Amino acid sequence: MRPDLLRAAAMVARKDLTIEFRTKTAFFAASAFTLLAIVIFFFAWDPTAVSAIDLAPGVLWVIFTFSGLLGLQRSFNVEHADRAMDALLAAPIARESIYLGKAAANLVFVLAVQVLAIPAVALFYNAPMGHAAGGLALIAVLAAIGLVAVGTLFSSIASNTRLAELLLPVVVLPFFVPIVMAAAQSTGRIMAGRPLAESASWLQLLAGYDLVFAAACMLAFPYTLEE
Amino acid sequence: MTAPMTRQAPPSRRVFDWMLLLAIAAVVATYVRAIVFTPVERLQGPAQKIFYIHAPSAWVAFLAFGVVAFAGAMYLWLKDERLDRIAESSAEVGVIFTTGVLLTGPMWGKPVWGTWWTWDARLTLTLFLWFVYVGYLVMRGALDDRAQRARFSAVLGILGSLLIPFIHLSVYLFRTLHPEPIVLKPSAPSLPGEMLTTLLIAFLSFTLLYLALVRARYRLGVLRDHAALAEEE
Repeated sequence: MRPDLLRAAAMVARKDLTIEFRTKTAFFAASAFTLLAIVIFFFAWDPTAVSAIDLAPGVLWVIFTFSGLLGLQRSFNVEHADRAMDALLAAPIARESIYLGKAAANLVFVLAVQVLAIPAVALFYNAPMGHAAGGLALIAVLAAIGLVAVGTLFSSIASNTRLAELLLPVVVLPFFVPIVMAAAQSTGRIMAGRPLAESASWLQLLAGYDLVFAAACMLAFPYTLEE
Repeated sequence: MTAPMTRQAPPSRRVFDWMLLLAIAAVVATYVRAIVFTPVERLQGPAQKIFYIHAPSAWVAFLAFGVVAFAGAMYLWLKDERLDRIAESSAEVGVIFTTGVLLTGPMWGKPVWGTWWTWDARLTLTLFLWFVYVGYLVMRGALDDRAQRARFSAVLGILGSLLIPFIHLSVYLFRTLHPEPIVLKPSAPSLPGEMLTTLLIAFLSFTLLYLALVRARYRLGVLRDHAALAEEE
């Protein structure tokens, strides 16, 4: 990978993160949504039939994808105000840099929400996660990379359509299925105190997904922009 | 940015679609053979006859989505609008056949497995395939610019085909009820000869039906464009 590609990507990411840091709208919205969803999910089951600790992994990763959608939606919508996208496209940088930069900013966003969500699940579902912190962090990073790789590309596509907010979940959620399955299954295992090696095939699946889709989506991204 | 419409020879006025008619006749003939001339399976009884719709529909569904991905990739390379129309037609026909698989599956599963639905690996995979390509069609409907729609669709078609192995792998890590493939084992096909012949005929007639439907849908797209063009003029 060329160094100028990465340097330009870092600039795009910094721009997006600066906007987010100064306004904090999306982060607060996504955090509030995440906490709300975690609480609501708790009351959707009979606590005498299913113990909260069994629910925790599923709840965590389903909410992860939905709150991720909130951040992804915004990623390209901000560029439509004042036609900022035109300026971005006119900039003397490779289009892959735009993708990488946007994806990096989204990754920071998604992980920041997750840093809040994991302790919240541990607290509300009375599910001690301290012993599994390392494994959980690994799963979170692997899952977030896959989510962001695919989500950034489809955010660009969806923001150009008439349906916009409605289209993104319809198109992208099937792509999140392997991520949610792998993350929830392996989280369930390590929370039960089983060794990380037992989840090796799920983690390999996640890593393979990240590699394939990060590469494919970066190659495909230029085709989603005006030519 | 609207790409200029490709000027093609105006399609023939005849509504008669000989290929579609032939395909329907072939499917009907397949069924006559399957129901009347093929032995009834000993354990499953007449329920097993649904096999001759279910399996060939599944084959056509995979074929159709393969064509969507391939035509999409070729479109990104050659930028030929006809390729996009092939992809669109194939996706629509593929969704119909996938729906067929998902409807016949429970009908067969109830008497044989004793349940309408089970989260079996291949069942789940088919369901998610259906979701991906319904999303594909929804996205196409939300785009007006032809060139943009073609590019976005190509990207989604290609990524959809990359997703299939991952969904397959993830649902496979859950245990499965589905029979292992019993047909494409040339060394020792475990299906009795009579049934195997009927099944292979069903595969052929369904493939013909797929081709005929894609062709009909393709021509409909061309006609629609001509109508839109005539309205503008």
